Amino acid sequence: MENIIKKINEIAGKIRRDIFLMEVCGTHTQAVAKYGLKELMPKNINLTTGPGCPVCVTSQEDIDAIVNLALADIPVATYGDMMRVPGYYGSLDQAREKGAKVFAVYSIEEALNIQKKYSDLVFFGLGFETTTPMTAYAIKKGLTVYSIHKSFLPAMQALLKIGELKIDGYICPGHIATIIGSKPFKSMKVPQVIAGFEAEDILLAIFMLLKQILNNQAVVENEYLRSVREQGNQKAMQEIFDVFDLGDGNWRGFGIIPKSGFKIKKLYQKFDAKIKYKKILDQIDFSFSQKPTNCICHEIIRGLKTPKQCPLFKKICAPENPIGPCMVSIEGACNVFARYVK
Amino acid sequence: MCLAFPGKIISINGDFAMVDFNGIKKEVNILLTPDAKKRDYVIVHTGFAIQKMNKKEAKDKRF
Repeated sequence: MENIIKKINEIAGKIRRDIFLMEVCGTHTQAVAKYGLKELMPKNINLTTGPGCPVCVTSQEDIDAIVNLALADIPVATYGDMMRVPGYYGSLDQAREKGAKVFAVYSIEEALNIQKKYSDLVFFGLGFETTTPMTAYAIKKGLTVYSIHKSFLPAMQALLKIGELKIDGYICPGHIATIIGSKPFKSMKVPQVIAGFEAEDILLAIFMLLKQILNNQAVVENEYLRSVREQGNQKAMQEIFDVFDLGDGNWRGFGIIPKSGFKIKKLYQKFDAKIKYKKILDQIDFSFSQKPTNCICHEIIRGLKTPKQCPLFKKICAPENPIGPCMVSIEGACNVFARYVK
Repeated sequence: MCLAFPGKIISINGDFAMVDFNGIKKEVNILLTPDAKKRDYVIVHTGFAIQKMNKKEAKDKRF
């Protein structure tokens, strides 16, 4: 590890300008903080955090929708972190306190088990391509889903297009790439390295990115060879597109990104909670579905600000009492900062 | 959320496999890795194997 850090320092010295490298995976955000990698960087190398936390990029409207379904006595299951994200009508956790049937699960099999008892269970399905095949599998087995699954590359492309932040290179998400393959990343003309999740993986990816920058290259390299193939996992991709089409995705911090939202196909629409419960959803007043007052999560997601620049950070908003989703999720930038950065 | 761990398949029963994660054994869905066999190493995310690895890759934590 010392050897890679030495090499990073050497190459950073040769580059002699400020470099901004963005990681765009919640698991990378956690690893960077856990191993203190920011502190190990030379002065001109900055590591920033992008929109890689699925809980954090969930729109306020979707949270308000699912909480209202739960309050309308429809059983709801979702992945753990999502339970505590507050919307205008409260969080799923608070709905449960009011008597709603809400279940936290760690795998889709658990949701399928709960469905045996509650046949009208709705699974609030979130995550990027890594997690979407599992939901597709469950829909085929008859699980009703409110899908907020998202395709990740459109968000990376949107960040480059918006251009409000200097991105000299992307540390690309290793497990999304395991599913979609390294090939689709080539559509972006910026230095990119697909990285694994150990400290050494991330440091090596940083070194590889700096080498590209020094040589004026902008290519896709794969550091995470043990898991990522060029074509990805074709079976998983097939599973996704058996059940989903790509449509508009609603992202906190971005708004609508075209072709980024996994929508359930017509063939499976009887398992689509957005259709099945359209009447209830149509009655919800979404005019209150705005971001929490003073919360800057939407800017943190785009890498424009750090948690420390938020007026609420650790004053009102803390892991025990989260105001925005970036403080709720264990891979949200604010939660990670609060736990690891002194 | 995209956390995943490597483990070794010790037995297969239809779409499911028993996977050994450094001594902890768990049942894993192998629908997405149809060519995975006994003694293969797989990388597992939320109860599903998402890629088959070779032994050298699985043990080589560095690269």
